[in-house]
Amino acid sequence: MSVDRRKFLKGGLLATSGALASPYFFSAPAQAAATINVGVLFSLTGGLSIVEKSLHDATMMAISEINAAGGVKGMKITAIAEDGASDPKTYNEKASKLVIQDRVPTVFGSYTSASRKAVLPVFEKRNNLYFYPTYYEGFECSRNVVYTGAVPNQQLSNFIPWIIKTLGKKKFFIVGSNYIYPREMAKVSKILIEKNGGEWIADEYLELGHSEWGSMVNKIKNSGCDVVLSNVVGDSVVAFYREYKNQGLTHDKLPICATVTSEIEIAAMGPEYAVGSFTSFPYFQAIDTDRNKAFVERYRAFVKDPKAVTHHALESSYFQVFLWKQAVEKAAEITPTAIRDAVRGQEFDAPNGHVKIDANNLHTYLTPRIAQWQADGQGKIIDAYKEPTIPLPYVAYGETESNLFCTGKGLDTSKLKI
Amino acid sequence: MLEILFIGLSLGSILLLVALGLAITYGAMGVINMAHGEMVMIGAYVTVLSGIWLGANIFVAIPLAFVVTALIGLLIERVVVRRLYGRLLDTLLATWGIAILIQQAVRLEFGLSFLGIHIQGLGPGLQNVSVPAVLQGTLFVGSVEINRYRTFIILVTAVLTAATWFIMHRTAIGMQVRAIIRNPKMAAACGIDVARVNALTFAFGSGLAGIAGVMMSGFKTVFPDMGTSMVVDGFMVVVMGGVGSLLGSVFSAGILGEINGVVAAGTNDILARAVVFGIVILIIILKPKGLFALKGR
Repeated sequence: MSVDRRKFLKGGLLATSGALASPYFFSAPAQAAATINVGVLFSLTGGLSIVEKSLHDATMMAISEINAAGGVKGMKITAIAEDGASDPKTYNEKASKLVIQDRVPTVFGSYTSASRKAVLPVFEKRNNLYFYPTYYEGFECSRNVVYTGAVPNQQLSNFIPWIIKTLGKKKFFIVGSNYIYPREMAKVSKILIEKNGGEWIADEYLELGHSEWGSMVNKIKNSGCDVVLSNVVGDSVVAFYREYKNQGLTHDKLPICATVTSEIEIAAMGPEYAVGSFTSFPYFQAIDTDRNKAFVERYRAFVKDPKAVTHHALESSYFQVFLWKQAVEKAAEITPTAIRDAVRGQEFDAPNGHVKIDANNLHTYLTPRIAQWQADGQGKIIDAYKEPTIPLPYVAYGETESNLFCTGKGLDTSKLKI
Repeated sequence: MLEILFIGLSLGSILLLVALGLAITYGAMGVINMAHGEMVMIGAYVTVLSGIWLGANIFVAIPLAFVVTALIGLLIERVVVRRLYGRLLDTLLATWGIAILIQQAVRLEFGLSFLGIHIQGLGPGLQNVSVPAVLQGTLFVGSVEINRYRTFIILVTAVLTAATWFIMHRTAIGMQVRAIIRNPKMAAACGIDVARVNALTFAFGSGLAGIAGVMMSGFKTVFPDMGTSMVVDGFMVVVMGGVGSLLGSVFSAGILGEINGVVAAGTNDILARAVVFGIVILIIILKPKGLFALKGR
């Protein structure tokens, strides 16, 4: 790719700010060459910047690609990037700044549920629009958020039956980091395990960011389980897999089946520790289509790192900008509510395949896939749904395709029994 | 049970590994060195970068990290810490500032990213240190299966502790350091070059932290914030063991490690950590100077 997209984008930013700063030197039509501002809110500093920087980059790449192709309705997109600094409070402040001061009609952002929950009041109170790219625990039905990552049923409803029926494993040891996402995932897993004739013999948690796995792995070893279901998050993943191998456990006898371990963690731990283990995600870098291969190449060129890896939340960060663009083109006016209404039912050919925003709950139809990690650090896709499946954010509470809890009108709390 | 005790021993050795350098900079010199964790982090990055640039493995990285972090420690002592001896709280603030500076420098690749220069291995990304196959998996001693990497950590910690003890108690410079711990002014009056000995001691303590970083890089993730939480554990060990006492640090690290391991095996790690902190608080209340406090002055 000969065009340097980042420079192109920088040029665009400079031109815009120049036009705003010195209105007297430009004639009216020059100013009217309009731009459309959007907020981009990820952590560029702090502990989470490791992952969130890549989501930021993917968002910026999508924006620069759209601009290079002529923009939206003839307008160039200008990204106002803010740094959430891995801190929910900062997230809230920056979201307020983007919505109130910059008056952007949409913000793309955040990785953790904690940061999403922190910005949620801003978007709901101001009736603005937030695009959230990360797989999460569900149990949320905001009319001001478009969710483009997987919800539990898109990671687990294929995974658990597959583990029990295809792998023939029946005794689960569930392990996770101690916060809302792993706990909700464990809840859904238990329902599915029992429904499919398996049993879970332990459900254990370690602090988020904990990296001392000696005791836990010893417990797993002595528990008599035949499969480990891991909802461990962040850099703990690396220490976990390393300790697992170092205590003599192997994935061919006692595989780790994970919902969070992605290409980025595999690269960080060294693939030899994960060879043979499994992960369920709608997207893997290894998806063997020309569209995805071209996407990976473009991303590597964009971040100037020939070894950069792509992963699920990164891919969602990328394609959600295109869904947003289509919604803006369809919407009569550029307001958050008009874009929100126009995004319902939008479809797009993303690197992972065809995606569609559900008209009811604003979550995304995605294709569940299971991959087995290989020695080169890539997942080999060994099981996949034929087509995208419906997102059910309340599946742990009995939500089904024919009995939706979260609809266009919001959450039907009468159906929710906790 | 043997497995649990082994895990406890390994937890203790990791605590001691980080605390060893602190036992010297804080214990001996009275500097609350908040940048100690960053020295651990730099040691880990030396491992990463020597792997990428030199193709060196973790064994080669140990002396390399020692030299690099000792030099950085020397620089910090010469520029900042030497002006602050005897001002305990000021050393805390100053070294905390240094810690933040170092973290951000690594995250921003020493500011070079502003100029568009990219150093592979630095920056905010997670890093992978490849561990030699000989240190992966398990080892059978008779019928007992033990973790190779943890055994390696225990051995390295034992060697470093012995070396530190030897230097402190069997060499001329060690005697000078001990004299300075007891009474800096009297030591100076006896002709000891206090400034020089302090600088060397600080550099040595930082170098030990660098080696701790190499060991950590083999089973934890390497990233700019990795040292922050370790420095807390390090202080815990030194304070409980008794400031200035190497033996105290060894014992308190061992005790805390075993308690952590046993409680974690019986309940879970979150509770085990709470118990460990509870015991440290109890000991500080009962013995404010720690288990093995130095007497006299």
